[in-house]
Amino acid sequence: MALLEVENLEVSYGLIKAVKGVSFTVEKGEIVALIGANGAGKTTIMHAISGLIPKAGGKITYNGKDVTNLQAHKLVPLGISQVPEGRRIFQELTVAENLEMGAYTRKDKKEFDETLSYVYERFPILKERRKQVAGTLSGGEQQMLAMSRALMSHPDLVLLDEPSMGLSPLFVNTVFDMIKDMNALGKTILVVEQNANKALSIANRAYVLETGKITLSGTGTEMLADERVKAAYLG
Amino acid sequence: MEVITTFLNGLSLGGVYALIALGYTMVYGIAKMLNFAHGDVIMVGGYTVMVFFNLTGQPLVAALIAVVFCSLVGVVIEKLAYKPLRGASPLAVLITAIGVSYLLESLAQIIFGSSHKIVMLADLGKLILGSLVIDLNTVVTLLSAIAIMAALTLFVNKTKTGKAMLAVSEDRHAAELMGVSVNKIIMITFAIGSALAAVAGTFYILKTPDVSTTMGAMPGIKAFTAAVIGGIGSIPGAMLGGILLGVIETVCNAIPALSNFSIAIEFGLLIIILLVKPTGLLGKKKREKV
Repeated sequence: MALLEVENLEVSYGLIKAVKGVSFTVEKGEIVALIGANGAGKTTIMHAISGLIPKAGGKITYNGKDVTNLQAHKLVPLGISQVPEGRRIFQELTVAENLEMGAYTRKDKKEFDETLSYVYERFPILKERRKQVAGTLSGGEQQMLAMSRALMSHPDLVLLDEPSMGLSPLFVNTVFDMIKDMNALGKTILVVEQNANKALSIANRAYVLETGKITLSGTGTEMLADERVKAAYLG
Repeated sequence: MEVITTFLNGLSLGGVYALIALGYTMVYGIAKMLNFAHGDVIMVGGYTVMVFFNLTGQPLVAALIAVVFCSLVGVVIEKLAYKPLRGASPLAVLITAIGVSYLLESLAQIIFGSSHKIVMLADLGKLILGSLVIDLNTVVTLLSAIAIMAALTLFVNKTKTGKAMLAVSEDRHAAELMGVSVNKIIMITFAIGSALAAVAGTFYILKTPDVSTTMGAMPGIKAFTAAVIGGIGSIPGAMLGGILLGVIETVCNAIPALSNFSIAIEFGLLIIILLVKPTGLLGKKKREKV
């Protein structure tokens, strides 16, 4: 049984159908990438999975449970965590408070301390700046904070929406290294990316999305070698 | 010496305005709406205090019951009137709030009639220090307001629920993704705001022992002004704006040449501050979404 199963997902904005019957699965322990151009519907799919927007049709199953119409905040205790597009960290809260917010649904103090020390060890800059308001961090540092914050809820599945967008090449590498590390920690990953090259190089499997539909799928290596993918996304 | 007395009176009135302004600013920050029925919750608090003071003779008991009752009223209003409009146009919410305001005033008029009621809650007497005469009611009001504001500041900045309130205020969707139930946070915000309005209503009666269906209107509008002066959405801003407005009003009233113009001066100040700093004194510029 797949950890996440999306069947025939449809999302509309008014009269416009942004997602037109998309189906895909994410198996436990995998890194799955969803690639596609701007406006293909990647972020819409992410928002639909995390319950931020209503669906026009289809079904989403997580861990055998129908979560299609569950509100966003109820998915977090089930083990789904999201790193939203544009990071969306709480700029006016401190770095430490942002991490606390990540653990909002968790009660276990020991587990909190363990995850926190992992995060601080992985990104010493966050420890150094823990008392600073998060708005003062650079874009790359904010992305590290957003990824760390997502870990604090002890997720099984981490959804990452355009994590490398707008970052310097150095931070882009940090982001993809961190995704691999999260995966090594046992987290299943679904990542949406415009940086197809990077995403495919770490993904077990990938789907290509074009104007609201999945047009191609395969393993990361297959997709990297695919002529159509090369022509359209790898430049 | 009179200067000190006037200043203390101003601080105390300002404390009351600040308590009301906090309700406006917290609801605006978290639910992103202007709750124009907030002033009428003061009135509901006023009548509740009156009823239970007449029953028990205990001002403190009456105030505590009013706090609990107003919190409930606030939560019920939110649930019945505002929650169904989540995501509706701000104008629809605004009109609904005005409707709720009239509803509360009319209900009070049906239950208690339209005549003003005199409620002498307590006279704690005066403190005389040489030539300095200080009304103890004023001191109690000021100290209580300060204590409540300190407690609220601690609650918001130190507790998990408080931080979730700040998070929702900054980015509702991101807070939801952390597992925060936005509906629950909005409910808590209404409960706290209405409780503060009840406290303000009690202090208002302590100062002016007059209970009527429109008693919440003027303090409500002034506190709203205070919240905007301080920067709507900002908790310290509401406190600063409230105190500032209370002091200015009292000082103007104490100067014979200005006393007729105190309200004009207060709202004039609002206009000037909005011209110079449109976000209010401590308001933050809205962050651009990336």
